[in-house]
Amino acid sequence: MIANILFAVVALIVSEGESAEGGLLSVNGGLAFWTVVTFLLLVLLLSKFAWKPILSVLKQREDAIKDSLEQADKAKEEAKKILAENQNNLAKAEEESKKIIEQSRQFAENLKEQILKESKEQAQKLIADAAEEIERKKNTAFDELKNQIADISIKAAEKILKENLDAEKNKKLVDKYISDISKN
Amino acid sequence: MIDSTTAVIPVDSVKTVHSESGSDWILHHVMDGNYLDFSPLGKVYLPHLQLFGLDISVTRHVVFMWLGAILLFIVMTRIAKAYKSSVIPKGFTNFWEVFILFVRDEIARPTIGKGFEKFLPYLLTVFFFILFGNFLGLIPFSATFTSNISVTATMAIFTFLVFVFGGVRSNGVFGYFKGLIPHGVPIFLLPIMAVVELLGLFTKPFALAIRLFANMTAGHIVIYALISLIFVMQSIGWAGLAIPLALFIYMLEILVALIQAYIFTMLSSLFIGMAVHQDH
Repeated sequence: MIANILFAVVALIVSEGESAEGGLLSVNGGLAFWTVVTFLLLVLLLSKFAWKPILSVLKQREDAIKDSLEQADKAKEEAKKILAENQNNLAKAEEESKKIIEQSRQFAENLKEQILKESKEQAQKLIADAAEEIERKKNTAFDELKNQIADISIKAAEKILKENLDAEKNKKLVDKYISDISKN
Repeated sequence: MIDSTTAVIPVDSVKTVHSESGSDWILHHVMDGNYLDFSPLGKVYLPHLQLFGLDISVTRHVVFMWLGAILLFIVMTRIAKAYKSSVIPKGFTNFWEVFILFVRDEIARPTIGKGFEKFLPYLLTVFFFILFGNFLGLIPFSATFTSNISVTATMAIFTFLVFVFGGVRSNGVFGYFKGLIPHGVPIFLLPIMAVVELLGLFTKPFALAIRLFANMTAGHIVIYALISLIFVMQSIGWAGLAIPLALFIYMLEILVALIQAYIFTMLSSLFIGMAVHQDH
């Protein structure tokens, strides 16, 4: 039975042009005509209204994705560079500040030493000046004292001489005094 | 004369024997007709047209071809519109985008290579036209227009024209036909090779047409044959075997519908690639 059916099917397929509409393998001109018309129209319409916009959007989207990925990569690279630069700068700045501190410390040290030295010198100079002044004052005072003593002694001599006036004696006495003073 | 009559006899006898349980109804379902078959609800007869002596009646397959074309046009223009509002695909658009990208990235780009964009609209249309036709045929009461040799042959001729013109355009008329013959063929073999290659040129679309037609027809015939088993055996018990088997074949048909659309497009693309870049 099954074999019979199979045979019937095969026989029907093979027998072209048996029925009014033509066999399974016969090419129907009308249908081919409609296929040409439909398919050509479809290709034209779809190309214009569907494929062109769809494909362009897909391409745009892919390009956009590619671009943003590339940009992200670039940004990452840049950020890395900036980070390294920043770290470098930071290290440099630290070094710089250390140097500055060191320099200022040294400067302060030098200044201190200089100031100390100067003030010591000044003090010594002051002391020396004072000593000189004292010496000078002492000398003048001494000179004054000498003159005063001379005056006083003359006055005293005058007083004595007034009491016992004897010109000759006086002269002798005065000479004697004067020579005494000049000896001193 | 004698041969044809003897060949007719068994067919006729088979027809008469099974005229009520029927095996020719299988072919009536598979083949084209001038009516839409909604049996048991009835039939819708289609108008008869004539143009310059050519019968261009709107047949069942023409109706479903138009239905498929219109559906395809609506779907694709909707997707185009969806893309206009947002580049990010959603649901419906996403589903069809998979196929479009598949045709572009898995079929056209690797087989044609440089300059594949020119042929992409043709390949996409072929793919979706066949896909819609194949799937339309799986709907009850419908007909598979891709299982008609007239349709598949016309499509194959389109592919033939596209790859020959594509080849001629990128290689020149002489260059293309010279390039058909492989390099390093001995002189005395040239005439034979020329004939062989020329035949090979026409074999390509022929194989395309037969492959699609046979694949889409065979599945339907098997399903109908399995179901007719019930009537031939005149026992409902056979349904227990026939229906699961028919269902299995139907599932297979879904797979075949996808695969055949893919294969037709793939081979078309391959032929175009071979014609455009002959040195490979």
